[in-house]
Amino acid sequence: MLLIVCPYCGKRPELEFTYGGEAHLTRPERPAELDDQTWTDFLYMRTNLKGLYAERWRHARGCGRFFNALRDTTTDHFLATYKTGTPRPDLPVTASTAGSRK
Amino acid sequence: MSRQKFSGLSLIRRGLSGHLDWQKQWRKPTPKPSYDAIIIGGGGHGLGAAYYLAKEHGLTNIAVLEKGWIGGGNTGRNTTIIRSNYLFNESAALYDHSVKIWENLSQELNYNVMFSPRGVMMLAHTVHDIQVFKRHVHANRCNGVDNEWLEPEQAKEFCPLLNIGSDIRYPVLGAALQRRGGTARHDAVAWGFARAADSLGVDIIENCEVTAIKRDASGAVEGVETSRGTIGAKKIGVSAAGNTSVVLSMAGVRLPLESYPLQALVSEPVKGVFPCVVMSNTIHAYISQSDKGELVIGAGTDAYTSYTQRGALHINTHTLDAICELFPQFRRMRMMRNWGGIVDVTPDRSPIIAKTPVKGLYVNCGWGTGGFKATPGSAHVFAWTIARDEPHPINAPFTIERFRDGYLIDEAAAAAVAH
Repeated sequence: MLLIVCPYCGKRPELEFTYGGEAHLTRPERPAELDDQTWTDFLYMRTNLKGLYAERWRHARGCGRFFNALRDTTTDHFLATYKTGTPRPDLPVTASTAGSRK
Repeated sequence: MSRQKFSGLSLIRRGLSGHLDWQKQWRKPTPKPSYDAIIIGGGGHGLGAAYYLAKEHGLTNIAVLEKGWIGGGNTGRNTTIIRSNYLFNESAALYDHSVKIWENLSQELNYNVMFSPRGVMMLAHTVHDIQVFKRHVHANRCNGVDNEWLEPEQAKEFCPLLNIGSDIRYPVLGAALQRRGGTARHDAVAWGFARAADSLGVDIIENCEVTAIKRDASGAVEGVETSRGTIGAKKIGVSAAGNTSVVLSMAGVRLPLESYPLQALVSEPVKGVFPCVVMSNTIHAYISQSDKGELVIGAGTDAYTSYTQRGALHINTHTLDAICELFPQFRRMRMMRNWGGIVDVTPDRSPIIAKTPVKGLYVNCGWGTGGFKATPGSAHVFAWTIARDEPHPINAPFTIERFRDGYLIDEAAAAAVAH
């Protein structure tokens, strides 16, 4: 089970959280004005990245708040969690973090 | 190359001569500079596609590129359940196409894939389950797919170990039974297709990871870069399961896929006690017994996307809770091994078997948590799609564009659970 650091509550077990998928997807302001492909890209298409992935989590059985995380999907190692609305931390994957599973 | 034929007689003859003159099941060729077509991914679906390309479409100058070893991915990691009782017409046609091929696959490949139509029984635990399953039974009947409704007593008659008492958290209220469903030996499917494709001239190249897809000035594919050098091809079929997004991103194609770990586990082997396959979508239990005697148990997906091929233990515990309620006699059974595979899931839980926007690039993906059952049927129509540059009528609805055009094949909503 993963240990996840909620930016509001601290380190908690994975069971307290629900997953929210890819982060930093912005809902278009006027969907009705979009062509079908652009709207499809927003609704369905995902990067599904192998590597350092920015994603949303919700501390559902805790404070209830959404936040973002940077996790390496090749190791499940969390490199950072940060509050929704703040920019993604500029963290390169280094050899030492890519292989570790703390 | 000429291939030894397996038969009872050949088994006896080689048994008497000390098993010394069995052939290798497939060659270990070095990659040629180019092929007419390349399949990326040496699992059951990819090897099967290569086999059907050679057998039915006359394309024998082809290669299957596998980054690991044959049968080491999801083909060797699933719980081998085979059924076709899906709700929608498109799905029923696709999965039943597969079941019909399963029925004669051992004979066709001259390789025992141990297909065992022992019956797949799906349990209903709520009023909603009963309504949904009965709807499935009727829809299946209209599509010529066998599926029947069982009352709890009939379910217990079919699977005597089943606890149909009313004192458990989610009592069994009935079941849907597909008698033509069952299991097969997963490794044998990969090995059988590999052996048959190889004997038709297909090069099966293991330890060969694709690192880039090369395209010409018009944008069409012209080959791949791999860990074993550059290989040219005008047609490339991608059958890479959980890694499909990674491979397709090399050609700039985005897909509606997310890759999740899916776990399974087996118990210590015991004598034959479990006569069928029992599934419960509602409380997440999938169980059968292998011919080796292990109980084969499927757990759910982890919550998050990952490429690690492992998951968290609480997912397995959740499934074992359900198994212990349904089959109390297994409470003292010890579990021997657990593992994970990475499955690519689409928003409607139906696969994509289609051309991509890139000329010469084809994709067979999105099988999510249930791809094994479809192996031969999926391979068959994927080969057709690659050879003719147009879909077979059976896979024509399973496009990428269905998400844009609103023609979802929504088995996710039909099952009303994560599956």
